[in-house]
Amino acid sequence: MQLIPCPWCGPREETEFHYGGQAHVAYPEDPSALTDQEWAQYVFFRDNPSGPFAERWSHSAGCRRWFNAVRDTRTHDLLSVHRIGEPVPDLGEKDEVVS
Amino acid sequence: MTADIGIRTSPLAAWTDRLAALEPALTAVERPFLTQLTVRVSDPVAVAGMGGALGVAFPAHPCTSTRGRGPFGDVEVLWLGPDEFLVVAAPDSSVPVEDALRTALRPARGVVVDTSAQRTTVALSGPHARDVLAHGCAVDLHPSVAPTGTCVQTLLARTGIILRVADAGSGAFTVLVRSSFAEYLAAWLSDACVEYRAALS
Amino acid sequence: MSATFRLPTGGLIDRETTLRFTFDGRPMTGHRGDTLASALLANGVHGTGTGIRYGRPRGIVAAGSEDPTSLVQIEQPFPEPMLTATTVELYDGLVARGLSGQGRLASEPDPARYDAKHVHCDVLVVGAGPAGLVAALTAARGGARVVVVDEQTRAGGALLGTREYLDERPSAEWVAGIVAELRNTPGVLVLERTTAFGVYQDGFVLALQRRTDHLGFDAPADTARQRVWRIRAKQTVLATGAHERPVVFADNDRPGIMLAGSARTYLHRYGVLPGTRAVVFTTNDSAYTAAIDLARAGMDVAMVVDARPVAPGVLAARCHARDIEVRAGHAVTGTGGGDRVTDVRIAPMPGTDGTADTVDCDTLLVSGGWNPVVHLFSQARGRLRYDSGLGAFVPGGEPPAVGVAGSATGALDFASCVRQGRDAGRAAALAAGAAPAGEVVLPVSDTRTDAQPGLVLWRVPGEPAEGAPDTRFVDLQRDATVSDVLRATGAGLRSLEHVKRYTTIGTAHDQGKTSGTITAGLVAEALGTELSEQRPTTFRPPYTPVSFAALAGRDRGGLHDPARVTALHPWHVAHGALFEDVGQWKRPWYFPLPGEDMDAAVLRECRAAREGVALMDGSTLGKIDLRGRDAGSFLDMLYTNKMSALKVGGIRYGVMCGVDGMVIDDGTVIRLAEDRFLVTTTTGNAAMVLDWMEEWLQTEWPHLDVYATSVTEHWATIPLVGPRSRDVLAGLAPGLDAGNEAFGFMEWRDTVLDVGAGVPARVCRISFSGELAYEINVTAWHGLAVWEALMAVGERYGITPYGTETMHVLRAEKGYPIIGQETDATVTPQDLGMSWAVSKKKADFIGKRSFARAENNRPDRKQLVGLLPVDPDLRLPEGAQVVDTDRLPQPPVRMLGHVTSSYRSAALGRTFALAVVRSGRERVGETLHVPVGDDLVPVTVTESVFYDKEGARRDG
Repeated sequence: MQLIPCPWCGPREETEFHYGGQAHVAYPEDPSALTDQEWAQYVFFRDNPSGPFAERWSHSAGCRRWFNAVRDTRTHDLLSVHRIGEPVPDLGEKDEVVS
Repeated sequence: MTADIGIRTSPLAAWTDRLAALEPALTAVERPFLTQLTVRVSDPVAVAGMGGALGVAFPAHPCTSTRGRGPFGDVEVLWLGPDEFLVVAAPDSSVPVEDALRTALRPARGVVVDTSAQRTTVALSGPHARDVLAHGCAVDLHPSVAPTGTCVQTLLARTGIILRVADAGSGAFTVLVRSSFAEYLAAWLSDACVEYRAALS
Repeated sequence: MSATFRLPTGGLIDRETTLRFTFDGRPMTGHRGDTLASALLANGVHGTGTGIRYGRPRGIVAAGSEDPTSLVQIEQPFPEPMLTATTVELYDGLVARGLSGQGRLASEPDPARYDAKHVHCDVLVVGAGPAGLVAALTAARGGARVVVVDEQTRAGGALLGTREYLDERPSAEWVAGIVAELRNTPGVLVLERTTAFGVYQDGFVLALQRRTDHLGFDAPADTARQRVWRIRAKQTVLATGAHERPVVFADNDRPGIMLAGSARTYLHRYGVLPGTRAVVFTTNDSAYTAAIDLARAGMDVAMVVDARPVAPGVLAARCHARDIEVRAGHAVTGTGGGDRVTDVRIAPMPGTDGTADTVDCDTLLVSGGWNPVVHLFSQARGRLRYDSGLGAFVPGGEPPAVGVAGSATGALDFASCVRQGRDAGRAAALAAGAAPAGEVVLPVSDTRTDAQPGLVLWRVPGEPAEGAPDTRFVDLQRDATVSDVLRATGAGLRSLEHVKRYTTIGTAHDQGKTSGTITAGLVAEALGTELSEQRPTTFRPPYTPVSFAALAGRDRGGLHDPARVTALHPWHVAHGALFEDVGQWKRPWYFPLPGEDMDAAVLRECRAAREGVALMDGSTLGKIDLRGRDAGSFLDMLYTNKMSALKVGGIRYGVMCGVDGMVIDDGTVIRLAEDRFLVTTTTGNAAMVLDWMEEWLQTEWPHLDVYATSVTEHWATIPLVGPRSRDVLAGLAPGLDAGNEAFGFMEWRDTVLDVGAGVPARVCRISFSGELAYEINVTAWHGLAVWEALMAVGERYGITPYGTETMHVLRAEKGYPIIGQETDATVTPQDLGMSWAVSKKKADFIGKRSFARAENNRPDRKQLVGLLPVDPDLRLPEGAQVVDTDRLPQPPVRMLGHVTSSYRSAALGRTFALAVVRSGRERVGETLHVPVGDDLVPVTVTESVFYDKEGARRDG
């Protein structure tokens, strides 16, 4: 049972959280201006990196706030969490993966 | 307006005796019909003004609550989120408290919503209150970590709750639960008490 | 019979208490403090069952949870399969029998209680042997919150199986002193009979405590039999000890062949001799102590066979002093016997001079060295390293917040173990933020440490005779042999993970505790590689088997999944409702009168709603209070139609789509004020829709002045339906003009209901049935009183409560879809025939852009239509496929769609159905077929609205 550090409530068990997929995928300014392919990119396509990944979480059983987190997809370690509106952190090599 | 007291039913009305039977291992008492107002506000001036109107400053830190006495009697303000609070006051005071809060809120952005019947409140105390909660709640309730006033939204067994530490020293807690989950909570508390009751009898 | 192998004195058993038990039908006795295994050995019983593949007799090999063979089935007091005799504490009345592999689950529900408990600590110490005890005390003296868990019935670890003296006192005294101090320290929890079985992320450790198992029939019914401790530790110290490893040789599986250290444990802890005459086969010093101790206790120890070229001088001399022959440079090459070993064949090791020999014995004690118990360490993502001196995988790099101490590190001597315990305890306490720990004085042992290095020997050299079966067993439980390993490597497998799956070695209850490292060694040997190049197989929880009952805890029966109930639930129960689960909600399904079946009840309820007046509990509908200056424009983005144009006092139906254009929910929106709406959702989607709103508000459009608040359970909601609903409402709301002029369809009014006292209510003219209907909303506290008042006022109109089934029939007659029943995640509003609810004017809303995608404009999309079976009495099964052939060809059959709803209609006097069908709207009037059982049933495709197409009935 992993702990996820809610930027408001502190570390809580992962069952209190809801996963929201890749972070920083903005709703397009004007969807009608997009080609089918561009729109499909927004609707259906997301990154799937092996390594640090910026993603969204919601503390759904707690304060119900959405926040962004950087998680290493190889280890599930949460490298950082930040509140909505805070800048995207540097995803540089801050971890050494334990395998 | 108290004319309707005889015709209203609280979510755990049918559980009064069964909860009372948990004594002395656990004192579990429903506190029905409390006024509960969900407040959404982030403007600090408005937050201060609303606290002033109640005579109780709003909690300044996440996962805490405040409590005090003011023009509307005993009032608790629970932190639910960075711009969300639950104001809990005596039964039948939702209209004046809501008016006062709404007045204090203006002109800032925010809302006050009457959610009094959305949840019911169960007060827990007794020698095994903390033990019983530890059977279903993953939050550390040790007094050194969760002092009086701590207020967390979390899970107890399979239901969401708002858990307020009423008195860390004696181990007294207040649990607010969605009304539809109240009977589940009561059944779960009763089951979690079985062993402690046996040990004390 | 008397326990002939029990010594007159010694052991940690209570000789005053005699416990009767039955094994394989044979009555025997033992003492409190025995395991089933020790009691069996005391009675001269080694054999506990037979091997699963070859049926060879098998017996007790070890003294703890690493035992690969002693599986038993408990029959009394309650059937429980596949426990190891070495871990079952003896109790009076126990009835058990030996197993060949598989056991039998009880046919009755387990009456015992199980539970779970969370505990938080600064330092968790796993293992209460010398290293663990020192670690725990060091941390506790530093003021840390400490939890100590230990698998055994009492603290002491390996000391329980020795006669070691610490500081010139029996070791038990030292252990008792430490445990007493721990127990007296506030914030310290010592849990015996508790196995840490899983280490997970962030210091989370699961441990199973066996609380009343050992009480047997006397276990109190109100005490949880087993408890899963959910431990959250800032720091964890693993002092998990070591398991002795055997050596593989021919016929190494006979009862009477045991691990040498385990025999020593049976002697010292239980006062039991494993037999009358022993041969000891070893590759290291530790087994000499077993030989000497057993000889001193009166056992005839014939010989120590040491595979090393030279025997350790001092120990060999002590053996000679007790007339134990020591044969260095030799190995056991085979055994004789049937149900019990009767003799041992020995031969010189290759390159050593000597002679083959046969020695009679009834006990063969084996030691191939010691494997540190690294299971939990590995689960914690600790790196393992192969130690070629020990022939074992040892911790090779500690993960964050985890320390290791004692023989779990590979340390073999007492002084190192306790020193590591002190260091690990101090480091853990400091890392957890506790004060610098007070010094614990380390005890000094009187026992010699290993003087001479052990020999790493996986198997005794030699091959089975041509054509003879291989009896060199690696995994005794899986009956897997050296040949099986070689077959795997011969098939080209190089990875231990693959060899494990090919041979099944390590997949039994013991998870290869005694066979895993040997397998790794055999694979390396076969491949001609170094073992250091091999990665051991992944250690996964649970360390030892855990029953499902323990994992379920109190989440059983009514506590398994919460039943959400409305304020009106007591009334429904009192009036005989049958319930349907909708999400977690209990909703009345129908209210049968005496003698009625479901069809009759639903037809009656439907008739009441269409011809008189009926009411239902709609409280489970999701309700969201939406406020703020931008609430209208926010709703315009969420719904396909234009909600901001709704006038205060009005109500509008809306459909909500995902960005992919697929319908995710529907409901009504009520405009309460310019800046205030009340949104209703379907019962099952209430939480999803609120989350959906919050997601957009918090992550995309935080600038919007909108706040969403769930008020689902604040309100009780009662739809009052039927031509006479207005009369009933009038009787209760004297101040409300409910006429069509004053109170139009899709409008709402606030009023006060006269229910003996005044109850504020909001009444909405919404209809999900097509009939005149009023949805009455009051606070949940008043729901019951208002419902009862409605029943009383409506009595003279024959007011009828109805449930979800009738609701479904009524709405289906009107062609109203249910989200999640008519839809899945592939249905657009257009597919549902709801283009009328999709705004053409709005610049954008969620899903709009997707409506223009080519896929969503295919003419052959599945569309919602009605189906009328040609046989008006035949009700189609929901989920049945729709095909356009009247004779089924060979599969695959082209499927046009499926039946989504199907009912018997009182109003239509026949059955009818809704379905999604490819190009459905173009097919209206066609005859299609639905396979029902072996028949193909003809159906006519119709419009989806069956009843009151003009909508004349909604105004009464």
